[in-house]
Amino acid sequence: MAKNLKQLVDSPVRLTGGHRLCPGCGEPIAVRQVLMGTDSPVIVANATGCLEVSTTIFPYTAWNVPWVHIAFENAAAAASGVEAMYESLKKQGKIDADADYKFVAFAGDGGTYDIGFQSLSGAVERGHNFVYVCLNNQAYMNTGVQRSSASPLGMNTTTTPAGKVQAGKTKVQKDLTECLVAHEIPYVAQSIPGRWRDLVGKAEKAFNVDGPAFLNVLTPCPLGWACDPAVTAEISMLAVDTCIWPLYEVEYGEYKVNYTPKEKKPVDEYLKLQGRFRHLFKGEEGAEVRKQIQEYTDRKWEQLLKKAGQA
Amino acid sequence: MGKVMPLEGNNAVAEAMRQINPDVVAAYPITPSTEIVQTFAKFHANGQVDTNFVAVESEHSAMSACTAAAVAGGRVMNATSSQGLALMWEILFITASLRQPVVLSVANRALSGNINIHCDHSDGMGARDCGWIQLYGENAQEAYDNCIQAIAIAEREDVRLPTMNCFDGFLVSHAYELVEVEEDAAVKDWVGPYKAVRPLLDVKNPYTVGPLDLWDYYFEHKRNQIEAYVAAKEAIIEEGKRFGKVFGREYGLMECVDLEDAELAIVALGSTAGMVKDTVSELREAGKKVGLLKLRSFRPFPDAEIAAALKNCKAVAILDRAASYGAAAGPLYAEVTSALYAHKAEVPCVNMIYGLGGREVQPEQLVDIYKALEDVKSSGQPAQPVRFVGIRE
Ligand SMILES: Cc1ncc(C[n+]2csc(CCOP(=O)(O)OP(=O)(O)O)c2C)c(N)n1
Ligand code: SF4
Repeated sequence: MAKNLKQLVDSPVRLTGGHRLCPGCGEPIAVRQVLMGTDSPVIVANATGCLEVSTTIFPYTAWNVPWVHIAFENAAAAASGVEAMYESLKKQGKIDADADYKFVAFAGDGGTYDIGFQSLSGAVERGHNFVYVCLNNQAYMNTGVQRSSASPLGMNTTTTPAGKVQAGKTKVQKDLTECLVAHEIPYVAQSIPGRWRDLVGKAEKAFNVDGPAFLNVLTPCPLGWACDPAVTAEISMLAVDTCIWPLYEVEYGEYKVNYTPKEKKPVDEYLKLQGRFRHLFKGEEGAEVRKQIQEYTDRKWEQLLKKAGQA
Repeated sequence: MGKVMPLEGNNAVAEAMRQINPDVVAAYPITPSTEIVQTFAKFHANGQVDTNFVAVESEHSAMSACTAAAVAGGRVMNATSSQGLALMWEILFITASLRQPVVLSVANRALSGNINIHCDHSDGMGARDCGWIQLYGENAQEAYDNCIQAIAIAEREDVRLPTMNCFDGFLVSHAYELVEVEEDAAVKDWVGPYKAVRPLLDVKNPYTVGPLDLWDYYFEHKRNQIEAYVAAKEAIIEEGKRFGKVFGREYGLMECVDLEDAELAIVALGSTAGMVKDTVSELREAGKKVGLLKLRSFRPFPDAEIAAALKNCKAVAILDRAASYGAAAGPLYAEVTSALYAHKAEVPCVNMIYGLGGREVQPEQLVDIYKALEDVKSSGQPAQPVRFVGIRE
């Protein structure tokens, strides 16, 4: 990574304080780190979701960079439109030929894994030069913690509630990172806000490749995860240490695992800190689901190590 | 001097787009508008335009990308029909709310279901409240002329509203006509260069577009949008005149044929108006006092002008090529009669719903409509004003 901590701290503030996201929300932390990944002018497209509604309540805005929101499912299409105009005007000499503007789309997991999947897939296939960042809090938080296809097995959401005969969500999450790898774009990576060096470094790479890049960032949500707002960074690091959310990147198809825990922690350590999994610590059925989560996590981790040639 | 060319409506529009040379076109194909995009893609592939042509994966993304591209700060155009327009619906509102002068050519086609590729106006009418200006053209010449004027109208600083260039699918989009195509330079000149208003790409002056807008400001923003339509009406008239001065074909909010002394009148949109013109001249030769009001600007809806044009008629038939399910009558009827009421023009009216899903309209049917108006004239406002033309009973 090119910049040291001091330089990062001195980076221009592109998303200011005074927004109205919840205390401890992982989203603004991830956004700031991503935007530290480039010194070039950057233009943001944002999908509908917590980040959008909480940072732009008219007539206020927390953004110090050009920012556009069109709708929920189209952050990728909106970013393609802005980028297409930039390319057009640049080619026509209406924008300085040396200009090096960067484009980034931010969307929640709902706006990425579900309703926005088509526009994301289309935009990256067309090869627009932009970075797409999924702020993945594993549910639709802005509308009240409904399940998305990023919600993990066993999660208590308002549409997969933990009840007498059902222990939260009954299916595992979609592996969207791998879907994006299958699009054969230049750069795909997973990260967390807890390891800023990893995230800023990946953002830097993503901004610098020629073509689309995708970052899937696990962003804890104290409200929807029912966890202590003070431990956002720690929880995301536990996700990494349990291998529930491995840090890895795929450059032009080449896998690299960026972090291998010295001692892989049991998933329970991660699950038990969060109210969204509380029901899994009661009764036999809960124990069974936790076992499934552990097995699933182990299997995915082994597969990843194989892909990276480390197993 | 331009030249007269045999062109299909779609190619006439593509020609206009080539001459306008927009900065971005993002589109997705759908019958019967597909050829516009295909022809334009060829112009692009041959280097005849500077456009960044983006072949997106859906109409939803087409309108999203077009809206964002316009926000970024350049001229943007696009084309669609039917389900494509319906899929854009969510974003059409946003284009208008963000006051982006995107121009969309719509080859009108019936909406599903059942699936039908032929002409009616259900797509255009479905989108009528999205905040776009809607011009309806009669033939390929008007599709071409309206495409050029749409740019000028949409981009006026007092207007800044997206504009639809509507014309009948197949009947215009696929029919060869002799079209007067103006010189490239003359069109370029007439349209003028694009003047961006607060482009997003002006990175030195960052601002936030499309924020959360709650009860404390949203209403005022909507009011501004409503009032932009007042300016839009003026713009349509002025740009229509300016177009006439340079190219010899003048346009307005509507076209009145033999209405001054007409007792019986038809109100129509699109290609049917062309047929009505012929019927009017035939019946006039036979001494009948008949006339036509061809509406060009459906949004803004020129209510006072329509009422003034029809106020001396004794009976009026309003032709709707779309239904409004559960409403008392078709959409055009509802709007024309409310205009008459508001402007105290007491004229008995009937609603003729016709041509859905491409059902052909025969000249004899138009003659029959004027005949039916004779009865309405003598008996007054009918209790059942909605009738169906050319339908199996
Ligand atoms: C077409 C459409 N459907 C539904 C909504 C309602 N809606 C707004 S935000 C949202 C969920 C956002 O969830 P996510 O993308 O995960 O972002 P988060 O709020 O969790 O950051 C939903 C369902 C909408 N705005 N548009
Ligand atoms: S609900 Fe969750 S994602 Fe939304 S602002 Fe609060 S903490 Fe952040």
